[in-house]
Amino acid sequence: MLSPLATLAGRLRGARASRKRPPALVWLPAAVVAAAAVLPLAYLALRASGAGREEILALVLDGSTLAVLGRSTLLAAVVTAASVAIAVPLAWLTARSDLPGRRAWAVLAALPLVIPSYVGGFVLVSMLGPRGLLQGFLEPIGVERLPSIYGLPGAALALTLFAYPYVFLTVRGALRGMDPALEEAAKGLGSGRWAAFFRVTLPQLRPAIVAGALLVALYTLSDFGAVSLLQFDSFSAEIYVQYRSAFDRTPAAILALMLVCLVAVVFVLEMGTRGRAGYGQNGARHTAPVALGRWRWPALAFCGTVVLLALILPVGVLVFWLLRGLASGEQLSFVWQSAWNSVYVSGLAAAVAVLAALPVAVLAVRFPGKMASLTERATYVGFALPGIVLALSLVFFGSNYAPALYQTLFLLIFAYVVHFLPLAVGAIRASLLQAKPSIEEAARGLGRGPAGVLATVTVPLARSGLVAGAALVFLTTMKELPATLLLSPTEFGTLATEVWNATSGAFFAQAAAPALLLILVSAPPLYLLTIRERTK
Amino acid sequence: MRDKVAPGLGPCKEQRIFRPLRALSLCVFLALLSLVAAGCGQQPPSGGGESAAGETTGGATGGTTAETTAQAPFRPEEGSLIVYSGREEALVGDVIEQFEEESGVDVQVRYGDTAELGATILEEGQNSPADVFFAQDPGALGAVADAGALRELPQGILDRVPERFRSPDSNWVGTSGRARVVAYNTEAVSEEDLPDSILDFTDPKWRGRIGWAPTNGSFQAFVTALRKIEGEAVAREWLQGIQENEPLAYPDNTATLEAVASGEVEVGFVNHYYLYRALDEQGEGFGARNYHFPRGDVGNLVIVAGAGILNTADNPEAAESFVEYLLSEEAQQYFADETFEYPMIEGVQTPEELPPLSEIEAPNVHLGDLDDLQGTLELLRRTGVL
Repeated sequence: MLSPLATLAGRLRGARASRKRPPALVWLPAAVVAAAAVLPLAYLALRASGAGREEILALVLDGSTLAVLGRSTLLAAVVTAASVAIAVPLAWLTARSDLPGRRAWAVLAALPLVIPSYVGGFVLVSMLGPRGLLQGFLEPIGVERLPSIYGLPGAALALTLFAYPYVFLTVRGALRGMDPALEEAAKGLGSGRWAAFFRVTLPQLRPAIVAGALLVALYTLSDFGAVSLLQFDSFSAEIYVQYRSAFDRTPAAILALMLVCLVAVVFVLEMGTRGRAGYGQNGARHTAPVALGRWRWPALAFCGTVVLLALILPVGVLVFWLLRGLASGEQLSFVWQSAWNSVYVSGLAAAVAVLAALPVAVLAVRFPGKMASLTERATYVGFALPGIVLALSLVFFGSNYAPALYQTLFLLIFAYVVHFLPLAVGAIRASLLQAKPSIEEAARGLGRGPAGVLATVTVPLARSGLVAGAALVFLTTMKELPATLLLSPTEFGTLATEVWNATSGAFFAQAAAPALLLILVSAPPLYLLTIRERTK
Repeated sequence: MRDKVAPGLGPCKEQRIFRPLRALSLCVFLALLSLVAAGCGQQPPSGGGESAAGETTGGATGGTTAETTAQAPFRPEEGSLIVYSGREEALVGDVIEQFEEESGVDVQVRYGDTAELGATILEEGQNSPADVFFAQDPGALGAVADAGALRELPQGILDRVPERFRSPDSNWVGTSGRARVVAYNTEAVSEEDLPDSILDFTDPKWRGRIGWAPTNGSFQAFVTALRKIEGEAVAREWLQGIQENEPLAYPDNTATLEAVASGEVEVGFVNHYYLYRALDEQGEGFGARNYHFPRGDVGNLVIVAGAGILNTADNPEAAESFVEYLLSEEAQQYFADETFEYPMIEGVQTPEELPPLSEIEAPNVHLGDLDDLQGTLELLRRTGVL
């Protein structure tokens, strides 16, 4: 029964890009982008070179440092697995099923990405802490104290809740861009709905899942806000301690380089799971959504639970802070300029990042080889580094080598793009893998030049990936803090800096207002993106 | 269903030929837009807001209009000042605005984490745009001063501040003080249960009841003071003793105090003023209060926020008048009344609920002597605290 299906799957895998030299239009911009992306590495090497060999060895081989590195790796693995488990069903339900209100669910499920991790962590502690709000509700029935959420479980929960959208958006983009013909063929060949999903749909989604999972893993490794609030001793926290307490940039740089080495290991693992498969297809078209039938209710309950935990409860706590503050006569000043600044720089960063990512993704998918994969991996460096490391590296290069651009919007956008480039590269790459190279070749054969093919064939084929990538960069930039604080033009406030300003001084009500605004103003752009998706 | 056998290049494909062009032109448009916007970024950073700010300062001061109403330059020229502030806007924003109004100097502030701004100044080196570094703690000022980035302050400014609250090398001064305290949960603990010295919290009866913030700068300054006053051995034993009592480690004072108030822990080692902010916002029902030790215990250490002027300052006169203003009666009174911090100068009335500095028997340490942060970090690592 399954053998025709197996043959079909096998033929799919055979669709491989032919080897040829990339045109200058592709490799030149890709090389420039990659060079910009590894700038932070140059800074780290420079700072680390200030240390003697013994100091480096002592730091690198320190037992406790290595133990912390191990713990961080464990956390990243747990968070990545949990994110995939949550995000893939969510993406399928909102993209391919007849789930009621699926576009609204899609927006709601993506929104937790804009909640800054230091806010999310704080909210989680005040909700689920041993004496948090939940315990308060349970006190009448005799619950004096909840089990501690500190350590690995709490940190994993917080990071999963606020990072799963990386997988969700990437996978959803891939589902939208997928040719349903294969799934239909599988069903036509007699396999059931589940078998078709696991043997045909899921393998096609693999590049997107791996791309999203990689982002979650790297985000977890570089996060500082959530792990410190949930009292998990992570490797990035070690780096922050070096900067914050010791004011010593040399050990911090060595530790950051260790993190980069760990990321290189993650890349090798990822190469293994990614495989060489390219799933060329004829492109997406409108297809009737899968009827959920009686599965509708569990599906709704699942979406509801995720959105409740990751979005509604945090919003609820923020509203509580706001009302409590207002009740005790707290003066709140709304800074609309900050809201506009946030949307403005995030929009710019999303547009520039997508443009910069396109040649890299085209190179990686259409012209595979050592150079292509090196170029693609280079763009991930900025995302894997803790924000403060990236920000200081650009402080160094900007103030010393480009003083005219230092602390201007230009350098700020540049920092965002270097930081968040892989969000766009991964999404575009996943959607390009779905598009058959033969369509581009046909266009070449019909007389279009490389630029024409790129503009009229490749870009439209990758559109769902471009949209997903832009959304990811936009949402992540909305909450970015370290680079914004250090590299923005003087007195250029964003919502994220407003929130930080208030939380660092324990002004909860004043933190709540911009935090809520951050979530609110992120929703319409997301909604617009999902509408555009539908006009296929 | 009808799509089922439709070949990939169906009739809908032809219509899509036009879409790609639109998509491409959109991309190109966005790219151009971003370039233009980035170009604009070099002029007024926040669009209209910046020039509007320039006009209001000009209008308010009248006398200095020639400089301030010009074209609101991005790089400060005469009559303007760039401050890197590790102190939050909510604490110092009003004071800075007041200074602008009185002096006519246009102050542009970059708020951030004290240590990160310190590291920024070190990375910027000779090209730092900052004139003044306004820091949350002396550690960051010391690190920047050690790198030779701060200039000597005039004696007139130094003399306003007691010697122990300023740099021994005369390149930074304290601007307001905070005392280390023990915050306790009022339901779980009464003041009589609390020991006479912070050293006594190593008693096993405190097991599982303590919260602290070992990565916090003020806490680390306290450990440095402990090493200086009581000696390395006592400091190590104390840290080990507290560790054996299984304290919960919070990222900062705010989180520690919230945990004490909710009853997650019963006591927390924090700075005094977080309590007053919490009372302001959350009301008298807030579950924590401050406790000061008797007899000049090291647990009562007073630390300062402070300011220094950079060597690279374009406008040292304006920078000096800024630091001088922070030490004026007006600003000091503001810190006492609004942020519940201790004034650095004589003759300022502290609010009723704040026990005056003279009543707290703080240990007599020169903050300039607490510069061995590296040694403290090493000790914290060796004892497993960090």
